[in-house]
This record gives sequence, C-alpha cells and structure tokens, in this order.
Amino acid sequence: MSHKRTLHWALVAFALAAAYPVVAQVPYDRIVRAAAEPHNWLTYNGGYFSQRHSALTQITPANVADLEMKWMVQNQVVGAWQSNPLVVDGVMYLTERPNDVMAVDARTGAMFWLYRYTPSDKARVCCGANNRGVAILDDTVFMGTLDAHLVAIDARSGRALWNTEVGDVNKAYSITMAPLVVKDKVLVGVGGGEFGIRGFIAAYDAKSGREAWRFYTIPGPGEPGHDTWKDDDWEHGGAPAWITGSYDPGLNLTYWGIGNPGPDWNPDQRPGDNLYSDCVIALDADTGKLKWHFQFTPNDGYDYDSVQVPVLADMNWRGAPAKLMLWANRNGYVYALDRVTGKFLSGTPFVKVNWSSGLDERGRPIQTPQPEGQPTYPGNQGGTNWYPPSFSPRTGLFYFAAWENYGTVYRKEESEYQPGRNFLGGGFTVVAPAVGAPTVGIGRRGPINNWTDEVGNGAVMAVDPQTGNVKWKFQQYDVSDSGMLTTAADLLFTGGREGHFHALDARTGQLLWRSSLGGQIVMAPITYQVQGKQYVSVIAGSSLVTFGLRDARP
Amino acid sequence: MTHPPSAIIAVCVAALLAAAPARASAQGSQDHQYTSQDIEAGSRVYSSQCALCHGVNGDTVNGIDLRRGKFRRSISDEDIAGVIAAGVPAAGMPGFNLRTAEVTSLIAFIRAGFDPSGVAVKVGNVARGQALYASKGKCGTCHRINGSGPRSAPDLSEIGAARTPAALQRSLLDPTAAMWPINRPVHIVTRDGRDLRGRRLNEDTYTVQIIDQDEHLVSLNKSELKVYELGKTSPMPSLAATFTADEIADMVAYLLSLKGMP
Repeated sequence: MSHKRTLHWALVAFALAAAYPVVAQVPYDRIVRAAAEPHNWLTYNGGYFSQRHSALTQITPANVADLEMKWMVQNQVVGAWQSNPLVVDGVMYLTERPNDVMAVDARTGAMFWLYRYTPSDKARVCCGANNRGVAILDDTVFMGTLDAHLVAIDARSGRALWNTEVGDVNKAYSITMAPLVVKDKVLVGVGGGEFGIRGFIAAYDAKSGREAWRFYTIPGPGEPGHDTWKDDDWEHGGAPAWITGSYDPGLNLTYWGIGNPGPDWNPDQRPGDNLYSDCVIALDADTGKLKWHFQFTPNDGYDYDSVQVPVLADMNWRGAPAKLMLWANRNGYVYALDRVTGKFLSGTPFVKVNWSSGLDERGRPIQTPQPEGQPTYPGNQGGTNWYPPSFSPRTGLFYFAAWENYGTVYRKEESEYQPGRNFLGGGFTVVAPAVGAPTVGIGRRGPINNWTDEVGNGAVMAVDPQTGNVKWKFQQYDVSDSGMLTTAADLLFTGGREGHFHALDARTGQLLWRSSLGGQIVMAPITYQVQGKQYVSVIAGSSLVTFGLRDARP
Repeated sequence: MTHPPSAIIAVCVAALLAAAPARASAQGSQDHQYTSQDIEAGSRVYSSQCALCHGVNGDTVNGIDLRRGKFRRSISDEDIAGVIAAGVPAAGMPGFNLRTAEVTSLIAFIRAGFDPSGVAVKVGNVARGQALYASKGKCGTCHRINGSGPRSAPDLSEIGAARTPAALQRSLLDPTAAMWPINRPVHIVTRDGRDLRGRRLNEDTYTVQIIDQDEHLVSLNKSELKVYELGKTSPMPSLAATFTADEIADMVAYLLSLKGMP
C-alpha cells in the first residue's frame, strides 16, 4: 500500500471516528450477561454470581494432557502475586504489586501499556503489598490502591482519568481487592482489620469518581447493631472488606464478606457480637442500604474473617427452586443461605472444628473456647480463607481449598488502640511437632518444605450443597491458597503453594494433568478464548503462565 | 579471626542473652545471667507489631530469619532500628513509629533469638565442647562439620547460626522431641524393589527427596513407592544420662560457635 493510499484511508477512518464516537467496550449489560460470552473474563470472579465457572469446552478431560505453555509474563517486583486478570476481547488487564496495571495481548503476552501508581510510603497492610486486580466498565479500568485510593484508568491509553481518596492512609486504610462495578458505580471495600480501622463498603460514580454511598460495617450510634459494641470499641473495631463481593441483578442486592473484629485475638476487650464483623451483608446496590446480614462468628477471637467470595447459585433446595448463597467459611463450616432473606439453611464442618460444638437452628455457633495453651481448630489462617471457590451448575458441586489438621494456640492480651498502629490483642502459635520447628505462615517460605504436613495439609474439597457433605477431596502435601476454576467440560483447574498446577475431573477429583510451575500459586486460574483458541492462565511465583492446546505441527 | 566483627558481636550477644529460669538438667552458678526485662518487653512489642508478617518464629518473610539473625539489609543493631523506622516500602513493609525504648527492646528480643521468658541455658567452654564432640559424644559418627564426617545426620557446620542455645540444649537432651519433622529417618521400598533407608530432605504432593544410606541424593515419585515409612524416633541417643550438666553446656558452646564457612 502506498503512503498516499494509507493517508487516504487514515483520513476516512478519522472522519468516521469523528462522526461515530467509539463504542464503549464493556457496557454494564455485557457484565450482566458475562456468562453468555465465556471467551471473556469480565469480573474478578468471572461474573456477578462469582461461580468461576466457564462455558468453554475446547479443553476437555480427553485432551487436557495436550496443554502446553503458550506464553508467560514475568513479574517485575518481589512477593506473592495474588492478582486476577480480566480478559476483554483479546486484551488482558493485569495488576502486579504494589499498584501497576498492564494491558497485554491475551494471545502472546505482548504489552500494550503499563500504568504505574506509587502508593504513599505511609501505606500499612498486614500481609504484603498485594493487589488482586481491576474492574472494567465501558472504556475504563478501576484499581484500588495500597494507600486506599480508587484510580480510574483509560482502558486504551493506560492514562489515569481520576483518583479518589477512599480511606485515610494515616489510619492504615488500604485497598487490596479488585473493585466491583454495578451499573454506573464502582464498589470497593477497605482493608485494615489488624490496625483498628472502622470498615466500610463505598460506591463511586464511574464517570466522576464522586462517592455515591457508603455503608459502614460497624454501625454508628443510633443505628441498629450499634449495641453489639461497648463504649467506643466501634470506632476502631476493624470489620474490613478486602475481597470482592457479588451481585444479583434480579434482586438488585450486592453481597460482601466482612472481616475480623479488632483487636483480633482478644474478644474479652470488645464484648458483644461485634456486628457486622465476620458477616455476610446484603446491600441495595443503588443506595447501599442494608437488606439483611448473617453473622458466621460472633465475638470472634480467632481472626476468622468472613472475607470469602459470596457464591450465588440458583438450584433446588429441599425440592423447590431456590436462590442460594454458598459459603465455605474460614471458621471451618460450609454454609448454604437463602440469599433473598439471609435465612440460614445449613452449616456443616468440613475440617476439624473445636472452637464450636455446632450451630443452632438459626446458624449461630455454640462456642467452646479451648483452655489456655490448648490448640484451637481450625487454626488462625482458617479452614479456608479468601481463595476464590467455584460452583459448577453441571456437577452441582461447590469447590474450595481447605487446610486440614491445622491448629493454633492463641494468646490474648489487652491492646491499646493507637491510630495507624497494629491492634492485635495477643498472638498465636501454630501447633508443630517440636518446639521451635518451622510452621506454615502467610505464603510459602521457600522451596524446601521443612515444616511438613505435620503442621497441616491442603485439600481441594468438593461439597454437595444439598447435604454439606464432602463428595470427594484431593489432598495436597502443603497447604494451598489457590482458588478454583471449573468449566463446562467438567474440568477443575487449581494449584497450591508447591507450584503444581493441576487439572482434575470435576465429578470425581481424579487427577488428569499437572504441570510443575516452580512457584506458589496464590490465586485462582481463569480461562478465555481468542480467535477460536481456549486459554487457561494461572499465576505461579513471579510468573503468569498461559496454557493452550498444542497446535498442529506442520 | 576471619569473622566480621558484627558476627562476633551477634554470637556474644546471643550467648549472653540466653539465660533465665533454671532447667533441672543444666543449671549452674557460673551462668552469664541476663536480666530478661528488655527481652520480655521486646517479645510483647514483637507480637503486637511484627509477628503478623514475620511470624512467631521470625521466619515467614522469604529470605529473612529474625530469630537466627538472618536479614536482607541489616547488619548492625542500628541498621535494624533504621529498617523498623523507615520500613521497606518496595517489599510492603511499612515504617513503624515506635518509641526508642520499644525499638531497643525489640532488638534485644531479636538478638536473644526469640527466647522471651528465657530458658536457662548454660553456655560452657567451646574448646572443651569440641573435644567432647569427638571423644565421649562420638557425634562425628553421624554428623558432619566443615567437610569432615558422614552425611547421614544433618550437617552441623552452620548450626550455631541456625539454632538458639535453648534449641541446641533440647536437641542434646531429648533428640526425638526436638527433631524437626523434615529430618525424620525414612524407609522406602520402591515398586521395582529398591530398599532405601536415609533421611528426608524435602517432600511435596507427588515426590520425596532423600539422602540414602550410601549418601546419594535420591528423588522419588510417591506413586512408585510400595513402602514409605517415617521414623518418629531420632536415631540420635540422648546425652542426658551420660553427660554432666557442665559437659552439656560445653557442647552447647561448641555448637553455638559453628557459624559456617567464613
């Protein structure tokens, strides 16, 4: 093509662009119907119901052994990489710590742009400079920052459009979660449960960044639930929200898991149920008004954050169609709730539990604190934690990562609240076979497992929501922080701290394929399709690795 | 002497700080007693400000082991104080606005190897300990130091940097209770009939790595094993019945002096 003709076409294109404004990439109704376009991954959990279940079927149990690595992106920073990518029409949006966003070609990993945000050096987080990803609406991606700002970035140019302060960095507010877009608003929650914040969920106008509503996860004076706190405990009682919620467009309710009360390990210092810590809350998506709440662990002394992903599923319950919410909680019970009303339907322990002897008919735990110096099960990191689960409508099973045979001895002490400082109320020790022997921590400590399975082991659990029973489990030697992905080919993809990436038969738990990626997998895989080819991406160590079926060799 | 001065100071501090309530098997009037007030205070600051990320044992951040004095950036106490104040923003560690007394106590606790309430550990004479290692203890029958000795038991060349005095004393008096689970003796029979005995080095869901009776490094797929047994009893005999308290103290002193190649 000659230069003249190129210029000619460029002028025509420019004229067209001027006459017809560029169509927004991801309007809200595309997100609502995300399940109908499984070639994309449009929200943190793949869709508003947060099932992490894809309708893609090119990769099957029969050909999964033909997966090969297609491309990698290597992280430029140190530390656990907990990010979840989005994929929109062949472009992947990915964050790396602390607050970089990149747009890459989802077929090759080649980068279009890189946006770098440097959070204030005053930022304080309990557990690493994590960021778990972005949200997208129209032509804008949204990222929460370590210093508790919300930033809007142009999806095509990678340039910031607005930046709004969500929380006060001096009081240790932070954002590590991926935001959730609902209609024309961007919803986000804050971290800081180890620093005596007063948690909240807030919604921001996607165009302007102006705050639309804010729901405090600890009720103020005069509000219902305020009497579950004593004196001024509510002002610094924690209850953060650091994992992305879900949304039911039919009910217009958005659901969020709420974290631990503070100080973490001394419940005596904050008598009462401490609402809405360790709850799931249902909010009106337009106003932020509370519709209902359900508390998993009242007056928690074990750091049993309920920051799990609310997984929404429409299925029969006791013979009648029902709108359910499935929840494997850090406290060791797996629950089914009615998501219209918040009514408790069932709760069953999936690991050893001794902090409670059971649940009453309304789902409230009968607490059985262990004597001082004796181990509590599950231990501090929980029976499970924030790692995203999956629900497959095809198998009817609910899948999540569990820590088995893992206990800790808690120690309480009085803590004085001081703004921006740790507010923990004691400490804990992981039960180990010898004094001073290595134990598991937050994230894997190195390539040699010198703590061994004697301090606990990981397992993928497949639970039948109808009974609460474990249908099958897939045991791992080390504990796992990996999330789950299921597909309509009845495959389940997951990983673990050892760096093994596994494909299991979602119906039986049988191992079908694995690849050793050499670094801890601390997030869930995703799947998408570009130009007719299905891909599976997973982050291990400091690399994002993308697999696809082997191409025919010439 | 080829150790850098700071390492020597760290050794001395660790030895000096390692004292406290008496333990029946090893007590004596000539112990270097150290008032544990600072360490105790430091342990409280540590558990409230540091333990969440660094872990109860100080080793949950990759590449750092506070209890054993392994840092990424710090050498001196002043360095540690600097990191506490400024943080390491790139690694996600915030700066901490602590009072001077809190910082001092924290460093005391770290330098004391995290023995907060203190266990009375008598640290004796290095040369006498070295002699006992070879003679009465016959430790070199299984252990290896700086290139000499067999590899069937864990190499002790850096054990003084890797363990607190209290932990060393526990290992000498009650080896089974003190054994780290990774070091458990293994007996393995493979499906194709190989019979292996040795010590476990590493393990994951699918594989196990050992050093076998012939000192070979062997990596095995667990799916190919017919027998995989882990011994709960340490092959090492306790020295409690055969060594005096003073001899144990000398052994602790010698082991503490083992800090690896200069």
